[in-house]
Amino acid sequence: MDRRKSIKTLLIGGISTSVLAEACTSAEKKPVTNPEEAKDMTGTTLNRMPEEKKYEKQLQAETFFTPEEMATITILGDIIIPRDEVSGSASDAKVPDFIEFIVKDMPEHQTPMRGGLRWLDVQCLNRYEKPFKECTHKQQMEMVDLIAWPNKAKPEMTQGVAFFTLIRNLVGTGFYTSEMGVKDIGYIGNVPNQWNGVPDDVLKQYHMAYTEKELKECISFS
Amino acid sequence: MGDIQIRKTPKKYDAVIVGSGAGGGMAAYVLANAGLKVCLIEAGPMFDPKTDSNQLKNPWESPRRGAGTKFRPFGDFDGCYWGWEIDGEPYTHKNNTEWEWWRARMLGGRTNHWGRISLRFGPKDFKRKSIDGLGDDWPIGYEDIKPYYDRIDKLLGVFGTNEGLPNDPDGFFIPPPKPRLHELFIKRAGASIGIPVIPARLSILTKQINKDRGGCFFCAQCGRSCKVYADFSSSSCLVIPALKTGNVDLVTNAMAREVLTDKEGLATGVSYVNKQDLQEYQVSGRTIILAASACESARLLLNSKSARHPNGLANSSNVVGKYLHDSTGADMGGIIPELFDRKRYNEDGVGGMHVYTPWWLDNKKLDFPRGYHIEYGGGFGQPLYGFNWGIENLNGTYKIKGKQKEAGGYGASLKEDYRYFFGAHVGMAGRGEAIAREDSYCEIDPSVIDKYGIPVLRFNTSYTEYEFKQAKHMKETFSEILHAMGAVITWGGDDGPQNNYGLHAPGNIIHEAGTVRMGNDPRRSPLNKFSQAHECRNLFCVDGGPFVSQADKNITWTILALSMRTSDYIVDEMKKRNI
Repeated sequence: MDRRKSIKTLLIGGISTSVLAEACTSAEKKPVTNPEEAKDMTGTTLNRMPEEKKYEKQLQAETFFTPEEMATITILGDIIIPRDEVSGSASDAKVPDFIEFIVKDMPEHQTPMRGGLRWLDVQCLNRYEKPFKECTHKQQMEMVDLIAWPNKAKPEMTQGVAFFTLIRNLVGTGFYTSEMGVKDIGYIGNVPNQWNGVPDDVLKQYHMAYTEKELKECISFS
Repeated sequence: MGDIQIRKTPKKYDAVIVGSGAGGGMAAYVLANAGLKVCLIEAGPMFDPKTDSNQLKNPWESPRRGAGTKFRPFGDFDGCYWGWEIDGEPYTHKNNTEWEWWRARMLGGRTNHWGRISLRFGPKDFKRKSIDGLGDDWPIGYEDIKPYYDRIDKLLGVFGTNEGLPNDPDGFFIPPPKPRLHELFIKRAGASIGIPVIPARLSILTKQINKDRGGCFFCAQCGRSCKVYADFSSSSCLVIPALKTGNVDLVTNAMAREVLTDKEGLATGVSYVNKQDLQEYQVSGRTIILAASACESARLLLNSKSARHPNGLANSSNVVGKYLHDSTGADMGGIIPELFDRKRYNEDGVGGMHVYTPWWLDNKKLDFPRGYHIEYGGGFGQPLYGFNWGIENLNGTYKIKGKQKEAGGYGASLKEDYRYFFGAHVGMAGRGEAIAREDSYCEIDPSVIDKYGIPVLRFNTSYTEYEFKQAKHMKETFSEILHAMGAVITWGGDDGPQNNYGLHAPGNIIHEAGTVRMGNDPRRSPLNKFSQAHECRNLFCVDGGPFVSQADKNITWTILALSMRTSDYIVDEMKKRNI
């Protein structure tokens, strides 16, 4: 895939990936040379520039969501991605931790998430006299059904719909990029192998065939 | 920071090269193998794909699941340090124009993550003015550069097929990979509407070509750089082998400030700031070779003022910085309903498309002067940040396993939807030739400097009706191809005259070229046909700077061929004692 195109795919929904915290403007003077130290600080074994290490360390040191907000995110996450016969739930895959990290990394998500969670709690307080996380499961599902269906939601629910769409997308992307989610979706690449073309049964299914020219010119592995 | 000192390196090199990307890497490789003593200056740190690549990492190994940052705009696993912005190194614009400037800072530069699309320019690409009256002809023709294309095909490896096309020359290709499923759909669609779709030409080793580099193991991650050196990066294939000759001293984290000259106006060396100790250094050489990127090389020349070169080095023509141009770009994507609920298998393939479309029309019959090629993407990609985003736009639109659902939702039913659509997306991108114009340029900003005290570039670049009409044509073509393959457009379909048909801002395609162009007339070009400065015979430029025009082909293969040709010339001229 064209590398710009893969970014474009990443950007569906208009997410900007380039907005970062203001504080990381000066180059680090003392580069970290011990890889073990780098791992401890940032929880990653990825190749990193000193500037990146500094930024990640700073993100890891911050906490954005309150415990109450995290509890609500966890409940919503498991409503969006529950355990089923194929895989576990959002919380099984630690999606709430991913959401905590990503809103620090992409500050443009912070206000929509914080405001959306507050909007939800105020709705629930008015309806059920309790914040969302303390409502009964039945009440929670009643509330979610008011904001989970963009095309049939009532006009007074549009802000809730926008919030639920955002958290659905964060949970969906977080879950399906976790180890459990990648297995669930059936992505089986990222391993050394030999590309020998589309499997025969798949070619047949779509009434496709390689031409003689292709079979002669292209690389084949036996 | 202590007192600043200027430290002079006592050693005098045969050549000082600024920049270690495609052009600088090739120059270092050729000169070092010819026995010359080379000092290679790189503004970023050391990078060896063997140890530093993020290849084969899983999405969950990145806390942001592979999303981009300003440090790595193409994603957390990408093989390029920095990109559109660098802390402490600004650039500016004037007249409300746009230029998006990608700057890599690392050994090998942006070749660690490029698309490996390795296209030769054709005979017509060197003589466009003779064909359509626009821009200028090159002072060389295809026959001058062909032997060098042949040599780099063999030295570095490129897959593809000889198709006998008049302006997309044959080469020495290794076998291409077979098309993926969506690429077979594209091919069939192309055949039905008269658009050629042929094997791509990428510098990726589908089979091993020498003992120093491994063969491709089909992980689709060339963008991360390759641990077994199975794709072309300047770091792995040129600079690291050049270092093994013992003839190259590599200085990393060295930001070039200016080219030094003597009373006669000849180049004597380069001054740079060491980004780690922040001291000033000078290194001297018999020849100075700029390969810092088209815009950085122009910036260096313009910042190298002296009594003999008051308008900047090699710039009495006042042309340095002018004729800056990028490839044009516009894109579109869709979803193929026939591919919903696909059988799963590993279709990673190489790190790029297996098929592409070279320019196939005659511009004399069109309302725009230059062509474009089409790049394709799609299929089962590794899930990364953004994966599955916008499911609410799909799951109420198409029947899922025969059932019409309501858009949005949650729960086990939503999980079914995500699985159903995986692998059904397809995308395409046009990459075309823009006209290089004198009034599209970069220059030194009179008042802004970077954190090293070096005056920065100010850009003034724009497009005209030629490029807008070309983008319009791209969009119409993409829509036709998607329609012919039974796909439904999901993005890029709403562009029109209101946004110049989705034409990307200049610079965005990262093919900067033209700022130090070659030509036979010293009044209209800083360099001669060997990329040697008319006014300073021991000064050369071997990045995208010398390009008179850049064809509808990605420029790396031509940067490499021109750099090899210039390096041969330097060796020869040194033997003759001309420099």
